Amino acid sequence: MFELRFDERKCVACRTGNCLAKCQYMDIDRDTAKAEMVKIFNGEDSFVLHDCVTCYACEEYCEMGNHPFYLIVERQEEMDIPPLPRPLIKRGVQIGIPFRGEPEIKEVKEPVLSMGVFSELANLVQGRLFEGISFISTDPRKMFHFFCQLMYLHYARTSVIKERLPKTIETIAKHNVKEVIFLHDECYGTFASYAPAVGIEVPFKPIHLFEYLYNRLKELKDEIKPLNLKVAYQRPCSSRLSPDKLHFVEDIFNLIGADSVKREYTGENALCCAGTIIGQRRKGSRQRAADVQRRNIEDMINAGAQVCVFNCPACWDTLASLVSEKGIKPLFMSDLCRLAIGEKPEGWG
Amino acid sequence: MESIYKSLVEIVGEEHVSTRPEELYVYSYDLGTTEPQRPDYAVAPKTTGEVQQIVKLANREKIPVVPLGGGLSLAGLAVPLRGGIALDLKRMDRIIEVNERARYVVVECGVSQGQLVSYLERHHPNLYHSEPGAPPQATIAGNIAIHGQGDLAQVYGFNSDMVNGLEVVLPTGEVCKIGSCSISPHWFTLHPLPDLGLFLGWSGTTGIITRLSLRLYPSKKIRDVEQFAVEDEELVPEVVHRITHTEMAEDIVAFSQAIPPFANELHTINIFMTADSEKELEFKKGLIWDDTLGDYIEKGDGGFVNLSPEMKFELARRPQISKTSDWKKGGGFEYVGAIMPVETYPECYRRGVEISTRHDIPYTVLGRIIGRSHAMMFSWTYAFNRADPESIRHARKALHESDDLALELGGTIWKPGVYGQKIVMEKIDPNTLQLMKKVKQLLDPNGIMNPGNWEVS
Repeated sequence: MFELRFDERKCVACRTGNCLAKCQYMDIDRDTAKAEMVKIFNGEDSFVLHDCVTCYACEEYCEMGNHPFYLIVERQEEMDIPPLPRPLIKRGVQIGIPFRGEPEIKEVKEPVLSMGVFSELANLVQGRLFEGISFISTDPRKMFHFFCQLMYLHYARTSVIKERLPKTIETIAKHNVKEVIFLHDECYGTFASYAPAVGIEVPFKPIHLFEYLYNRLKELKDEIKPLNLKVAYQRPCSSRLSPDKLHFVEDIFNLIGADSVKREYTGENALCCAGTIIGQRRKGSRQRAADVQRRNIEDMINAGAQVCVFNCPACWDTLASLVSEKGIKPLFMSDLCRLAIGEKPEGWG
Repeated sequence: MESIYKSLVEIVGEEHVSTRPEELYVYSYDLGTTEPQRPDYAVAPKTTGEVQQIVKLANREKIPVVPLGGGLSLAGLAVPLRGGIALDLKRMDRIIEVNERARYVVVECGVSQGQLVSYLERHHPNLYHSEPGAPPQATIAGNIAIHGQGDLAQVYGFNSDMVNGLEVVLPTGEVCKIGSCSISPHWFTLHPLPDLGLFLGWSGTTGIITRLSLRLYPSKKIRDVEQFAVEDEELVPEVVHRITHTEMAEDIVAFSQAIPPFANELHTINIFMTADSEKELEFKKGLIWDDTLGDYIEKGDGGFVNLSPEMKFELARRPQISKTSDWKKGGGFEYVGAIMPVETYPECYRRGVEISTRHDIPYTVLGRIIGRSHAMMFSWTYAFNRADPESIRHARKALHESDDLALELGGTIWKPGVYGQKIVMEKIDPNTLQLMKKVKQLLDPNGIMNPGNWEVS
């Protein structure tokens, strides 16, 4: 079985305890952070295991290149401290079971983009930005064969990820491709961060959608008309697994003339959409989630955002209608980019 | 036969009578597992007077009359088991009156659920009726003739509890009014005249409902739904009891099904709420989610599913129609609906799974709460392949076993088919059975009304 490569020595040597000290959802000082991490890697109970909202951010905060978040959720599973009520975990685990036949393995020509489990979002990958691309996982009935499984970090079920991920990798690899662009940060994070962290081999190179979009926009540079829109980016949990790709957000905004508003909750300090908080196994989760969402949206309003930019469909589901109610237009990043090259995404204008 | 045909043509006109095989075929079956049986005539009257004449003719000629609206009972209740006249009432489709202040509607018997929903949405958006979740062509009258239940059942009971008055053509041809409409121009109550509950739930065996008054209820501007999931079926009755105690939910439906896999071996309770403002909705939601079910969440025994706006839209929109027909190749499904005490939910579920497993059918069970937990309408649904007789045989067997189970667990069968009626009549109090027989003989001395159903020997 695959095992998490977590180096305890790095934790002991850490001087900042940033993984927990920077947490947006728990108030933890440096010394407590270090002490709790020691408890966690020693397999002892810690309040962190009970209070963690599974936002992934500590993976980014860790300066030692360790995997505090992966460790926390592994311990939650091992010690039976589920972050969500058990029925929701069971439901979530069962969602990923394919039940509509085997996937079709089509002949594809690179570049290739995987829709993952968002086959129904074909509208997000249209127009000139995606000309010449071959798509895989385009059939909603079969999309769970392409499911990266990383969602189960929120469920503290790394055992499920480790069990199912090799099969997903095998399915993608059958397309004989060297590189795969992933629609969702979560898939990218799976192949670029989680799989290596637990020793699962990935026989293709994952490409982040934003990196692809940025490079494609450069090819279409002459057609770009500056948007002159004030935009706020809703950073998803899984983006914490690829902080090295975050700069593409600003790079894209600069390229298309979108004005990234100055916010409190941005970059490292970004707030999650709270979709995972709402169902948590704690008293008052619903109000806690609503509070996070309120703070997040007020921050966008105060910064003068006209558009809230998404990449994660789950963030979209949780927040799009809420920002819309406040007069901020929700848009996926790919649609924002299309707008810049003169295409009109559905629902715009 | 020719003379009967001519007489029918004289009553309703040639274009509304048929003896053509291809048209009779349509009336020979419903979408369930009942063996098809062709009528001899299909007749579509337009008025109560025409219905009256047809019934008198049928009495004279001693031929069966099988009234039908949408013909969608699934239990074969509109299949003409002994041939005769399939009396298609869909042309009697006038919405006669909506009384905004007294909140009722008077309709002819052919008015469909879809017709009433859209009419009210367009002309009386503050009112709606208890929509049964059947295809939109199901009729209001057909539904109450089988004691239907709909999406307001939790607060107001069965659809047949919502009837304010009836106009009925008796099996001997007289037109009879029941309720305030019998002494007043207003159709506002079924009471307090002597109880004449002779037509509701009789599945068209005691007369033909030609007109009825149905209660309407306040339609709020916002309709929302939450899903609470538990793994242990034993928790469902208590969860439901707690939710009903808040009086904040409009409709409560617990279900479990093998397909799609996420619902397997879980019990998902759909809680529908309505409100006129976000403030009202938040109050109701807080009461249910935080104050009433919060301890289940904290203990980890139950939790609210995080539904996307699209999922909520799909779940909350009316009508909700079963997708079970998609579970097996061939597109067939039928269910046994039983009125059960809510505390039997765990046993209904477990035994239902056993029956489904025995017949190699993915299990699908559902319990809709009736009247704040007075009862639930529990359904065991079985998908089958219409093109495969063996698959149909299994489904039929599973349905009969479910009928038996409903009675074994102390319930009653809702809209039973012939088999269900038989076992109900075997078990029912003998004096009650004799009363049924006397009523039937009194009203229908020639036994022409939907024969084969509710026949007391």
